[in-house]
Amino acid sequence: MPWDRNQMAARAAEELEDGMYVNLGIGIPTLVANYVGDKDITLQSENGMLGMGPFPYEGEEDPDLINAGKQTITELPKTAYFDSAMSFGMIRGGKIAAAVLGAMEVDEKGDLANWMIPGKLVKGMGGAMDLVAGVGRVIVVMDHQNKHGESKVLKTCTLPLTGAGVVNRIITNLGVLDVVEGGLKIVELADGVTEQEMRDATEATIV
Amino acid sequence: MKKVYGSAAEALDGLLFDGMQIAAGGFGLCGIPELLLDAIKEAGTKDLTFASNNAGVDDFGIGILLQSKQVKKMISSYVGENAEFMRQYLSGELELEFNPQGTLAERMRAGGAGIPGFYTKTGVGTQIAEGKEHKDFKGETYIMEEGIFADLSIVKAWKADTTGNAIFRKTARNFNPPAAMCGKVCVMEVEEIVEPGELDPDHIHLPGIYVHRLIQGEHEKRIEKVTTRPAA
Repeated sequence: MPWDRNQMAARAAEELEDGMYVNLGIGIPTLVANYVGDKDITLQSENGMLGMGPFPYEGEEDPDLINAGKQTITELPKTAYFDSAMSFGMIRGGKIAAAVLGAMEVDEKGDLANWMIPGKLVKGMGGAMDLVAGVGRVIVVMDHQNKHGESKVLKTCTLPLTGAGVVNRIITNLGVLDVVEGGLKIVELADGVTEQEMRDATEATIV
Repeated sequence: MKKVYGSAAEALDGLLFDGMQIAAGGFGLCGIPELLLDAIKEAGTKDLTFASNNAGVDDFGIGILLQSKQVKKMISSYVGENAEFMRQYLSGELELEFNPQGTLAERMRAGGAGIPGFYTKTGVGTQIAEGKEHKDFKGETYIMEEGIFADLSIVKAWKADTTGNAIFRKTARNFNPPAAMCGKVCVMEVEEIVEPGELDPDHIHLPGIYVHRLIQGEHEKRIEKVTTRPAA
């Protein structure tokens, strides 16, 4: 059985180590916070916060306290606030250990596309280009195929790139792949997924 | 020098002109200069270029100036929550320059700090890098981005003293300090103006040297995505 969203998030949480400062993207990456367990992980929200807490209880929402997805959140005892220039200074400066983010496409060179579909979807890259260029380790979490059954793990991305050669590890519903010299290497298969099934669902070169 | 004005319209008097560039603080609808945006709509100034991370929503924030067709160009990182924006952009009525969010913040900070250009690895190998100077430092490739020098900055803080020393609240700080720094003139709206001495000098986020005009007012502070957890 391929992994579901929560299992993918739980697997991504295994990538995070005690003491790390981490940025989680929108969608499945946001769920990663539910699976860090006892590890001391500090979450960065790139609109200007370290030490992001959980969503507030109803009635306790504060319009001055939101995450990068514009959702209301809460602070923790260890929280610090800062402006956008400092926030991206710490991202660009390599102070954030890892980013977990979603993707429309990734390829075997570690290129990532997740910000626009020409002529269709023009929302913008937000902080994604800065994150993939600056953080220590980029972990992509996404479905292996799109809703038409086509591979999202490609030889070469077809959509405009968010970053070139930036992805370290790809976690999908079928398993875990690393970007290595010459292509992608299978690190792990989801329970019940065969290597052949992984290869069949992947357009990229598997080495 | 008197910095405190009675209303947003008074504070903007003499500063607005057609075709100007305005740097605006805020992230999403959080910490946006909503009173000054209302006053710019009222003033009817046209062909505006906004350097602002987002474009508001249809009926709040910069969105109200899109409705009234006062905006010529946006310099933003994310414009996903605004249907009118999308309509004007896809029909060619509105220019859009996408900047990665950190590049936009640093362009504002740099402009305010007298730095006309800087190198960053953000966007290397993407369409953002097209036409920009590339340069290698220690074996890595960077692109040059230019500082923003705006005609006017409009920002929102929580509290300020009458000299403009300002304190922001939580994540409403966001783009406000860098936006405030990069304008020839900065107008700030706050929830509360206090006398000098009432704010701890060690707690000032933005010194008053960056703030030329100041107003106090009531803010709607709309929440874009109310998200809660189940009661314990």
